[in-house]
Amino acid sequence: MAASKNRLIAVTESTGKYTVDFLEEIGYAFSLLSESIYWILFGQFKKQRVRLSNTAREMMTIGISAVPIVAVLMFAIGVMMATQGIHTLRKFGAEPHIIPGIALAITREFSPLITSIIISGRSGSAIAAKIGTMKISQEIDALRVMGISPVRYLVSPALIAMCIMVPALTVMADVIGMFGGGVFIAMNIDISLYAYFDRVMTILKAEDILQGMLKSFLFAIIITISGAVNGFSVKGGAEGVGKATTRAVVLSISYIILTDMIFTFILNR
Amino acid sequence: MEDTPIALIKNLTTHYDDVEILSDINLHVNTNEILVIMGGSGSGKSTLLRHMLGLNQPTSGDVELFGQDLKSMRMQDLCNLRQKIGVSFQGGALFNSMTVGENIILPLKEHTKLDDKTMQIMMRIKLEVVNLAGFENLMPDQLSGGMIKRVALARAIIMDPALLFFDEPSAGLDPVVSAELDELILTLKGAMNMSIVVVTHEIESAMKIADRIAVLDKGKLVQIGTKEEIRNSDHPRVRMLINRIPENIQPDSDEYMERLTRENNI
Repeated sequence: MAASKNRLIAVTESTGKYTVDFLEEIGYAFSLLSESIYWILFGQFKKQRVRLSNTAREMMTIGISAVPIVAVLMFAIGVMMATQGIHTLRKFGAEPHIIPGIALAITREFSPLITSIIISGRSGSAIAAKIGTMKISQEIDALRVMGISPVRYLVSPALIAMCIMVPALTVMADVIGMFGGGVFIAMNIDISLYAYFDRVMTILKAEDILQGMLKSFLFAIIITISGAVNGFSVKGGAEGVGKATTRAVVLSISYIILTDMIFTFILNR
Repeated sequence: MEDTPIALIKNLTTHYDDVEILSDINLHVNTNEILVIMGGSGSGKSTLLRHMLGLNQPTSGDVELFGQDLKSMRMQDLCNLRQKIGVSFQGGALFNSMTVGENIILPLKEHTKLDDKTMQIMMRIKLEVVNLAGFENLMPDQLSGGMIKRVALARAIIMDPALLFFDEPSAGLDPVVSAELDELILTLKGAMNMSIVVVTHEIESAMKIADRIAVLDKGKLVQIGTKEEIRNSDHPRVRMLINRIPENIQPDSDEYMERLTRENNI
């Protein structure tokens, strides 16, 4: 009896602790986000300018370097969707209806999702690893005692770069994903690539592309802040950096998918 | 004549979780003096340094730099205040992704509007000061331990701070290199009128450079005084540090057995 009571207390205690830790982390994430936005907007008036050169460098590593991988994977996703779509619709003899399916699914859903997941794995982890390593080698302390805000110096440029490059990559991913689907369709059913894109253009509205971009903008914020929160929370040497990096990616992908669900639900009611 | 202190610590008490690390520390640093904070491992001297830099929040007590209380300062004012101090960390804390030159220039780049050429010249002057002329294009991982400390020092003094903090200048260095660093610290005090706080456990180095020495032991300030006062101190802990006497803990055999077998008794 006493043992089960103790167990109950232990479970309650650990649940409480996890809840408090979770809330604390969410709070920290929001304070980090507001601090980085603060520096972006007001840094220049406070002698803490967010440097264009730092931002440009981040844009290169986050965005431009990710072009090939995003392109290849989105092409593959396009082909995959066309394959599955044709296979399913063939039963009803409705293969041409695959075109709106591909166009809408890619622009509204797959393109922002896949792009963000790739960027999270590539750059979200890199942000966490960089900040984490700097923390354990006292480089973050060094920045602070130099009078340089680490958030302004490390997070703000990454946030700007991410918020510009992820939506931009998403638009590119839209085009390449639809192209991948089009190539497969042109090869397998009697519709030319030209006719395919002609049809796509009549189906797509600006709203579809914008919805994808808006989502990817939110995902960009999630990736950056998740990377930064985990980087700044690193404890315990190189192993800690490894853990934080993994955690940053897993958490950001989870939050991306959850946000996507909520956002899609709200936007498409 | 006693100047107004450049740094002042009042009744500083700090905890790490529930463990008390520093207990009621009172200390000040005068203008243009070298204050050495000395103590064995785990005496709390590095923690004291972190509090003097405003990197940690104390449980109670105040730290004032240049007459301003760190606890009540806004982030922006703290950033501005920190431009007047320089810090050389124990491990150097150089930015690994930047060259030596870029490391040293960073504070100038962030806080001034000087043009590139001027900053380059200032960086080279500081490299000359620390005897590392011509090393600006190397990366930190290509440097030896002593060189890293000297680059860190060059970066710490690039803004010509009024107050310089130096954490363990001799740790991990051979006697010749650490003697050179001691000379460098004395030069900085003489030539640049800096007030310098050095944290170290090396008694020899402390005796060479200090104007005053503060001895910390188990989080308490045991004694503070001039070199002579510390050398002639009759405080047992200070004598132990000076004469390198190991702490002689008398083992209690019953307690010892109890500690070894404690887990099994449960």
